[in-house]
This record gives sequence, structure tokens and C-alpha cells, in this order.
Amino acid sequence: MAVCIAVIAKENYPLYIRSTPTENELKFHYMVHTSLDVVDEKISAMGKALVDQRELYLGLLYPTKDYKVMFRKLHNSYTVVMCNPFYNSGDRIQSSRAFDNMVTSMMIQVC
Amino acid sequence: MEAAAAAAAGGGCGSGPPPLLLSEGEQQCYSELFARCAGAAGGGPGSGPPEAARVAPGTATAAAGPVADLFRASQLPAETLHQITELCGAKRVGYFGATQFYIALKLIAAAQSGLPVRIESIKCELPLPRFMMSKNDGEIRFGNPAELHGTKVQIPYLTTEKNSFKRMDDEDKQQETQSPTMSPLASPPSSPPHYQRVPLSHGYSKLRSSAEQMHPAPYEARQPLVQPEGSSSGGPGTKPLRHQASLIRSFSVERELQDNSSYPDEPWRITEEQREYYVNQFRSLQPDPSSFISGSVAKNFFTKSKLSIPELSYIWELSDADCDGALTLPEFCAAFHLIVARKNGYPLPEGLPPTLQPEYLQAAFPKPKWDCQLFDSYSESLPANQQPRDLNRMEKTSVKDMADLPVPTQDVTSDDKQALKSTINEALSKDVSEDPGRRKPFLSYSSTSIEEAMKRGEDPPTPPPRPQKTHSRASSLDLNKVFQPSVPATKSGLLPPPPALPPRPCPSQSEQVSEAELLPQLSRAPSQAVESSPAKKDVPYSQPPSKPIRRKFRPENQATENQEPSTAASGPASAATMKPHPTVQKQSSKQKKAIQTAIRKNKEANAVLARLNSELQQQLKEVHQERIALENQLEQLRPVTVL
Repeated sequence: MAVCIAVIAKENYPLYIRSTPTENELKFHYMVHTSLDVVDEKISAMGKALVDQRELYLGLLYPTKDYKVMFRKLHNSYTVVMCNPFYNSGDRIQSSRAFDNMVTSMMIQVC
Repeated sequence: MEAAAAAAAGGGCGSGPPPLLLSEGEQQCYSELFARCAGAAGGGPGSGPPEAARVAPGTATAAAGPVADLFRASQLPAETLHQITELCGAKRVGYFGATQFYIALKLIAAAQSGLPVRIESIKCELPLPRFMMSKNDGEIRFGNPAELHGTKVQIPYLTTEKNSFKRMDDEDKQQETQSPTMSPLASPPSSPPHYQRVPLSHGYSKLRSSAEQMHPAPYEARQPLVQPEGSSSGGPGTKPLRHQASLIRSFSVERELQDNSSYPDEPWRITEEQREYYVNQFRSLQPDPSSFISGSVAKNFFTKSKLSIPELSYIWELSDADCDGALTLPEFCAAFHLIVARKNGYPLPEGLPPTLQPEYLQAAFPKPKWDCQLFDSYSESLPANQQPRDLNRMEKTSVKDMADLPVPTQDVTSDDKQALKSTINEALSKDVSEDPGRRKPFLSYSSTSIEEAMKRGEDPPTPPPRPQKTHSRASSLDLNKVFQPSVPATKSGLLPPPPALPPRPCPSQSEQVSEAELLPQLSRAPSQAVESSPAKKDVPYSQPPSKPIRRKFRPENQATENQEPSTAASGPASAATMKPHPTVQKQSSKQKKAIQTAIRKNKEANAVLARLNSELQQQLKEVHQERIALENQLEQLRPVTVL
């Protein structure tokens, strides 16, 4: 389903990036970066309550149902990672197998 | 190889039972018998599915039934069998593991040969034990194992699996995924994560090398045997191979593990000792056993184990089942256990083993158990009586809800927690330390309840409850008496009599003097003098002298009055001021009593008045301050309004 999944930190650096290996990964990285601009745009447009923003996060760019589900899963997994006291905010997410598994399940299965 | 094995045995052996050396034939026979007994029990009693699956010799426990039958078949007297059972250690650990079984068999052989049933007997070579039961294919006789095969090794203990497991690690990491099922080693001892089993590893390395040289092939063959979980014990043919391949065991380790493990087959099972240790550690971090440890606290604690952060992170992932960033007691135990296992060399499992699940842990180790253990260890705690009661409450409710998920049980225990909240929250935080001082939280937790009760009890006795200022002023008669008597006081100089004092009896000694006339009497003192009685002398005195003086004489008057119509009142304000003539000695004694009571009452009155005075003065001060404050405010506001 997904070709590339990335988690970007507040400071605009990636905490976690995974893409299907067949494609040119660099291209994906660029795309992720440019999409940040879109996100920023949307955020600044909405100055409302936090809850709304959260919803928007889930459906911001792709308000389709599937992606919402995916985003929600991502968010949950990310929350779980954050709950781990050994994970320092701003670290790369490399130790969490649960997160990896979740992402793998969401990526396009390319054999 | 022998030397290596022997050296390892010597190095690894503690002061426990001596290592048992079996010949090949004996090995074969024993393993067969063991497998039969174990197999007969369907994989060993009380073992969970993983252990039952691993019925490979040395991993399962022989059922007591078949074992007993077998022993009886040896046709030894029951007494001897009892002795044997005791000696082999089965009674001590409560089950017939491979080691116990083998020792027992050897002892049976010794007994059958006529040797005394002692540990020493098994050191020497013996014929194989003979059993008469048809189950065992008739008599099992083997040739005299006089020759010592080159593969003479020690009894494979349950932990041999671990060694082979370790070898797998060395040889190839492929087997790593099997580790949870493979490793039958008893849960590591309850020592802190930094516990190092040097003899174990030492023994391992030597034995491993020796074993490797000996039987690399059977070892390989063994792995697939062990792998399938559902495999029951294989044919006898593979057993000797397995045995030889899985030799290596130092009794010292066995002994340690026997002490520590109730299920030596699985490293992911927490023993009672370990559980207690974990609980103690939990308490040192979080005094309330039904509450959580926050993530940061747990992080600091687990970081001390010196495992790498990614590993700790992974352990957290495994153990925090509800992913809430905090560890409840079962989660904490699971995490601790994983850490301990990791420190002892086990690779971490892919998923949380079933025996470490919070539900399992809560069910397997209900609170009552370790509460009792804790009580034993904390014998010095004063409120030990309270503790069982309190915790029993917790137990009951937690046991009731045990069937549910951890979350509901936490809710239940939180109810209990509320019940104990007042005692828990107090001085516990100050006792959070990771030393033997960890006991203190538990003590103070329950002791604070006593202390508090005591404190509460103490409060009232000390200063007598002071009347509320407002109340006293508003409602009591004091004020009235303060102000009213001031009027008559000016007239008569009489201080307000204490509230308790009813109208003073007439000081006059006349029988008919009523109490109500007390005050007026003061003015009528002279008239009282009219009264005719010897005590009347006092009367004239009442008028001129001041009240206090009159008071002083009150008791005296009273004493005199007692003779006359005795009045209930102490009659302090009697007009009589003259010293009563102790004409009659009875009177004097009575007077003394009267004087004393009067003195007491006067003192009380004084105290009351003094208190009142101080309160009033305080109020005055407060009011002053308020006024000042208000005036200041006013001043501040004034210029603003002006502008």
C-alpha cells in the first residue's frame, strides 16, 4: 500500500524512513521533504483547536479512508515508541521492532 | 576429553552432591527408564506445554507415579526407597528431574548390590539396577559396566540444554529463534542482574569443547529432535546420542538451580525467590504494589543493569504489555526477569513468553503468597498485624478479579489502594532506596497508619480543647459574665464568679439564708450581721472587704455553712469574711475540704478568664491588623479614584 513511510521530527529531520527498495530511495526522501512544506501550509491555515489539528494530521493530505487507517496505525505505533522510556525524543526509531513490523505491514509487498 | 570433563566437573562442582559418573550402558539404561517414566506421565507433571514438548531426556520431569512404580519394581524395601528418594534430592526439589532420577537409579543399584544407601555409594561402579516390572521389559540387565567408556561424563542435568543452546550460539546463530523453547535452564537465580555465574560459563567452555570434539554429529542430529515442539521422547537410539551430546553439567549449577527453580525447564519462568526479589525491588521504587512505576523511574533503575539501551528498549517493548509508559508489578517482574535472563546470556525472545505475561504472573503468583513471604522477612515491622489485614483485603479483591485482564485488576486494587491510601502516601517517598532500606517503605507504609492514629489520639489530650473564639464569645456566658459583673463589680468589686458557680449561698450562717441572696448579701452584709449565729461574725466582714477577700473566706464560710444548711454551691461569695473560728474541729476539717474545693474552682475560673482574656486580645490584634490593611488599601485606591 505504501511505497515509502517516513516519520519526521519537529526539527525537520527524519526519525524514521523506509521505502520499498526497488525505487530510487533518494527520490522518496526528497518527496518527503517537500511534503513537509505542504504540511506546514496546512497547519498555518488552520489555527484552531488541537483536536482538529490532530484529525487533520490523519487526513491532511490523503483524506481517503485507507490512508486514515494507516496514519492512525502509524500514530499509535509512534505513541507506543514514545512511551518507551529508553527512547529519547529525537532519536532515530531503530530499536522498536513493533514499529518496524507495523511499517512492514503497511508497505507494498514487493518481492 | 575425560580430563577436560573431569576438570570441568571439579571446577564447576560445589559442595553439593558429587557428580555422578555414568557409563555408557548406564546412561542408556537410565535414559530409557527416565523417558519411560516421563513419557508415561505424558510429558512430565505440572509442566506447561513447552516443557512437555521438550521431553528430550534431561528436560522433563518424571512423574511420581511411574517413578514410584519403578522403584517398587526394584524390590527394595520401602524404607530404602524412601531413603533413596530423599538422598537423590527429589524430595528437596519436589520432583524427579533427570538428575534426581539418575541418582535414584544409581542408589537403587547400590542398594541392590548390598551397599548402604549413601551418596558415596554411587561413586563407585555398580551394576545396573534391576527392576521386576513387566513395564520395563522384564529385567533389565546389562553387562557389568566395568569398563569406563571414554565418554564417561556427568549426569546430564536439565541445564544441559542450555549448554547446547550456548553452543548453538557459538556455532551458528540460526538456532537463536529456538532459544525460548530450547533453553530449559532454570530461571536465573534471584540475584541482581549483575550476578555472574563464572563457574557455569567456565564449565561450559571446557565441556563444550570436549563435547564438541566428541559428538558433533549427534549434536546436529539432536537439534532437529529438539526443535519440533510436539516431539515426544525419541527412540532409545537417539537418546544416548543426545545424552552424550548434551552431557555437560556441573552439579554446582544444578544445585544452584535446584534451589532457585521450581521449573528448571524454562528460563522464562519466574521462581518464588525471584519473584520475591522483584517485588522487593518494585517496592523500593514504588511503595504501593498495586500502582505503577513510571517510565523514567524504571529507566533509571534498569539502566543500572548495564545492558545496552537498544536492548533495554526492546525489553521494555516486550514487557510493557499495555503500552502505557508505566510498569505495573507483573510487567515489572517480567521486565526484570528478561533483564536477568539477558545478563545471563539468553537472547531475548521475539515475543513475550507466556509465562511472563501479566495475566499469567498475576494468576500464578497471587498476592497472598508473596505477602506472606514478605511478612516473614519483615518480622520486625510493628504493625505486622495490620499489614495482613490490609493486604488481605487487597488479596481478596484482587483474587476475585484475577480472571480479568491486568487492567481490571488494577482497578480493583486501586480500590484497595484507596482504602490504604492515607497510610500509603505518607512517608513512603522518603524511603525510596535500593538497599536493604527497601524494607523501610513497607514498614513505614504500615507504621504510618499507627503513627497517625497515635498522633490523632495525642492531640486531644494535650492542651484542653480551646473554646472557639467565636463560639466562646458569642454563645458562652463568659461574655455576659464578663460584662455584667463589671457593673456589679464596680459596685461590689466582685469578680464574676465562675460559670459553674451557682448563686453563692448566703454566707450568713442562718439556716434560712438562701443562695440567691448571695450578691445582694454583699450589700446587705450589715443586715446579715443581724443573723444570729456564731458564724455570723463572718457576715459583717463581707461587705467592706473586696471580693477576692470575700472569696477567700468563702470556703471558710462554706465550711461554717456546712454545718448549717449545707448548700450545693461552694458559697464563695459568702459575706462572711472573718476567719471562722474553728470552734469545732469537725468544722475545721470540713472547712479545709471546702477551702480546697473552692480553691480549685477559683483556679478554674481564673484559667477560664485568663484564656478568655488572651483570646480577646488576639482578636483585638487581628482586628487591628485588618483595619490597617483596609486603610492601606483605601489609601492606595484613593489616588486612583481621584485621578
